[in-house]
Amino acid sequence: MALGRKGKRSVVIGIGLAGLALAIGLVLYALNDTIVFFYTPSDVAEKSIQPGQRFRLGGLVEKGSIAKGADAKVGFAITDTDKSIKVTYQGILPDLFREGEGVIAEGRLDDSGMFVADSVLAKHDETYMPPEVAEALKEKGVWRGDEKSGGS
Amino acid sequence: MIVELGHYALVLAFAVACLQMLMPMAGAIRGDQAMRQVASTAAVVQLALIGVAFFALMYAYIVSDFSVINVSQNSHAAKPLIYRVSGVWGNHEGSMLLWVLMLALFGAAVALFGRNLPASLKATVLAVQASIAVAFLLFILTTSNPFLRQDPAPIEGLGLNPILQDPALAFHPPFLYAGYVGFSMAFSFAMAALIEGRIDSAWARWVRPWTLAAWMCLTLGIAMGSWWAYYELGWGGWWFWDPVENASFMPWLAGTALLHSALVMEKREALKIWTILLAILTFSLSLLGTFLVRSGILTSVHAFAVDPERGTFVLAIMGFFTGGGLALFSWRAAMLRQGGLFQPISREGALVLNNLLLAVSCFAVFVGTLYPLFYEFLSGAKISVGPPFFNLTFGPLMVPLLLAVPFGPMLAWKRGDLYGAAQRLYVAAGLAVLALIGALALSSKGPSIALIGFGLGVWIVVGALSDIAARIKLFSVSGTESLRRLAGLPRSAMGTSVAHFGLGVTVLGIIATSAWQSERILSMKPGERVEIAGYGVLYEGVAPRQGPNYREEVASVTVERNGAVVTRLEPAQRTYPVERQTTTESGILNSIWGDLYVVSGDRAADGSQSFRIYFNPLVRLIWIGAVFMFVGGALSLSDRRLRIGAPARARHASAVPAE
Repeated sequence: MALGRKGKRSVVIGIGLAGLALAIGLVLYALNDTIVFFYTPSDVAEKSIQPGQRFRLGGLVEKGSIAKGADAKVGFAITDTDKSIKVTYQGILPDLFREGEGVIAEGRLDDSGMFVADSVLAKHDETYMPPEVAEALKEKGVWRGDEKSGGS
Repeated sequence: MIVELGHYALVLAFAVACLQMLMPMAGAIRGDQAMRQVASTAAVVQLALIGVAFFALMYAYIVSDFSVINVSQNSHAAKPLIYRVSGVWGNHEGSMLLWVLMLALFGAAVALFGRNLPASLKATVLAVQASIAVAFLLFILTTSNPFLRQDPAPIEGLGLNPILQDPALAFHPPFLYAGYVGFSMAFSFAMAALIEGRIDSAWARWVRPWTLAAWMCLTLGIAMGSWWAYYELGWGGWWFWDPVENASFMPWLAGTALLHSALVMEKREALKIWTILLAILTFSLSLLGTFLVRSGILTSVHAFAVDPERGTFVLAIMGFFTGGGLALFSWRAAMLRQGGLFQPISREGALVLNNLLLAVSCFAVFVGTLYPLFYEFLSGAKISVGPPFFNLTFGPLMVPLLLAVPFGPMLAWKRGDLYGAAQRLYVAAGLAVLALIGALALSSKGPSIALIGFGLGVWIVVGALSDIAARIKLFSVSGTESLRRLAGLPRSAMGTSVAHFGLGVTVLGIIATSAWQSERILSMKPGERVEIAGYGVLYEGVAPRQGPNYREEVASVTVERNGAVVTRLEPAQRTYPVERQTTTESGILNSIWGDLYVVSGDRAADGSQSFRIYFNPLVRLIWIGAVFMFVGGALSLSDRRLRIGAPARARHASAVPAE
């Protein structure tokens, strides 16, 4: 193949751009399919979310709502102090999962309006509050903002 | 007193860094060589001063001086010594101090060992390096000073987050930071090349060892973090595509690309502009990583409480260096002489493919990590991007890359022979196809891409071995002759094979554990038994136990295989009274074939205990592979020809002025 210096360079650049275009296509396609929205219990009530749609539910673990069942099944409720939604989860809850603490669960609503979580987001630090939950609580005016410490 | 000395040393270090940044510039303007040489001395002094500051803080931790706010908030006198030491970088302020210490270490290394660098290049590199130090020292002194005192001093400290009290995590930050910060060398050299307006293969020879060392540390740092998450967090997983994990993975991908493109530049004087751009981007991604972790702007499973003001400061630093770097690049890059061109089927062609795919996959990770931020900014809705996205984008992009890995080292420079390379790889190809068929037969469901991945893992492992076999002419000459050739093999070639071998091993581990993991979630009463992956797991009961600074509830579990008792596991729930926190300790039985991983959870009122039990096949290969990659890097680094100022330079010395 007798390509000139310019020709070869444009082939190289062409391959590069093709690769990039492929990647952008792939990324956009994947984003369309895989993003997961974050809702508070009030959002869920307002937006009438269909059962089966995957989303993240965030808020506080409602006091007195934790019920432990057989085969590591746990039931609890997530609240934003206005509305609350019942959640079931099968598995081991994170160490810092406590009543009145911030929590994010990922899963789907079933037909009865129960949120079936397949993961409960853990955190490493007692004073950490997921930013979405903190913001949602601020909107409800129940944020206790001075709680955070200077830790890493 | 020692703490004040540390504080004072840190302020002095800031002043010295300012000097180190300004003197070479002033010297360049006035044409005063002596002024430019100040940078070397300043770099060494800066290291000494930051060292004093760092060890002063460490001293405060060791003697538990709780009048220092940082110590009282992050340490406790009852903590074992090793965690009092690692506690120094187990918090924001201390970890930033470690960051600048690493930075100063790299700067001083250039000053001390870079004797063969042209004087002006060396001075410029040190000035750029100092500008980064100035920014971060200012950050520490104004927003995150670890030396602040409080009065009265509390009697006892608040303790270190218990999950950080772990040997793997004690060494994870130093390696990770050495990696992040090591890429600052590539950045400084790139800036210096742009400022000086010249670049040649000798430049690549100086940059490559630094990049290689940084890459090795980052590889090990990421592996340690993942290993820690695997056994300490009790989730049974080793990688979650979490923003904080991606933050360290992006510089790794870019750094891996840089390592390979610098090779092309060194041997063939090609890809110059791309290599410079990659050097800027790699360090920018390191800064982005620091920003993402330090600002807590993204929801992460690994996030800790953070202060938004600090995030803004780090963002400003990142904006300045990335923006400045790219601006200088767009202004000056055209002045650099273009490199040579080459045939697509050649060693350098394979390395370009490597760079293209690594850069694109890094881009995919970048989009997935930051998309929630853009989305919220544009629409106000909060979203998260999870593993499905990364599996869908990163996975397919890796397939052609992994497929190409064994070909690269087999192809000659300039003009490679694809057919010849393929001939030497027929053993690898045959075994890979066998592995693929075996994987298909073994798994009834499993996603097909996973099975392709398993074949690819075998392909790379055997391909790396074939490369060595071909080089020592195994079986075509006598055994002793082969051994003699093995001993005479250049270490960099050996390093390449070992690192690629490690990559293959890691791929095998990742694929096996993702595709064939078994999981059981259940409650058991004492005396009950469950079967998983050929093991019988018998729950015997639970008992309390006292540790040095914690109490634990230990569940006793007997593991059987084919009717014989294999071992007893003791998964536990620990309570740290000082920190008022509980942690989950998993019980793990490791074997060559996989890990039996038992986590105990809550106890119900009827005395039944909840368990989550996994069998993770070949999971250890993930980290063993990373160790091979590290060793491969070390072998390559020890190659005489790569050493800074090695004799090989003389051959090129005549070519330098011509640039």
